[in-house]
Amino acid sequence: MPRILGGLIAGLLFGAGLSMSGMMNPAKVIGFLDITGHWDPSLAFVMLGGLIVTALGYKFVLRRDRPLFEPGFALPARRDIDPSLLLGAGLFGLGWGLAGYCPGPALAGIGFGNIETLTFVAAMLAGMIAARRSSGFLSRLTA
Amino acid sequence: MDHFTPFSSLFGGMLIGLSAVALLLLNGRIAGISGIASGLLSFSDRAPDRGWRLAFVAGLIAAPLGLVLLGGERPAMSFVAPLPLIFVAGALVGFGTVLGNGCTSGHGICGIARLSPRSIVATAVFMAAGIAAAFVGQHVIVGG
Repeated sequence: MPRILGGLIAGLLFGAGLSMSGMMNPAKVIGFLDITGHWDPSLAFVMLGGLIVTALGYKFVLRRDRPLFEPGFALPARRDIDPSLLLGAGLFGLGWGLAGYCPGPALAGIGFGNIETLTFVAAMLAGMIAARRSSGFLSRLTA
Repeated sequence: MDHFTPFSSLFGGMLIGLSAVALLLLNGRIAGISGIASGLLSFSDRAPDRGWRLAFVAGLIAAPLGLVLLGGERPAMSFVAPLPLIFVAGALVGFGTVLGNGCTSGHGICGIARLSPRSIVATAVFMAAGIAAAFVGQHVIVGG
């Protein structure tokens, strides 16, 4: 039960941050990515604010032996740059630049009920399921 | 076009960072949205951490609505692509983030904050692809 509370607190903070950052607006994200248009550097300020707080906070938290609600930390251990990482990041970037949506802002926006947001999220979840189903095939392909 | 919003964007980013720190402190987890969401899509095994993932997504959806209910401004949303293109983009984002193990939050914020080489490379790649796709999308497909 505490873990559910932990998820809820973090989700609320994330949603509030996205809402204030302006990044729930795909046009604003495109204003950053389309460097040949009327360039809007706001997204870089979101990243900067997020990175400063996360880097400092992680340093403090990781001095602990364990998190509050779990027996241990679950941190990604891999450090290798493999083809799946590069291909996946490339495909993600293409979709991000076409629609101006990445997973956080799209999910955070579904409460407002726009057909564009709902369409994006439905396609995104289908894409996630497809990638999970084909992971064995893909790892053989790129191995 | 939209206005440059350095202060609200920096503050919003800091709240996102606070979320990442809270999730690590409380649950020992990385706040990667694509990972949290795609972890809910495994129907085969009974994932023991389905509860906190659902709670995170519920909070993520509820907070922007809650801010409006508390008297805040409704966040602006204008869309830059026709619906079929939005569908294709969504599929690419879903497939790509699972294949590449992360998105803007997991790689771009949490991973870079940990100086993970995978996340630094992934962020450079999706930024470059995003810039290329935004150019093609706005100037070739949509026009203008």
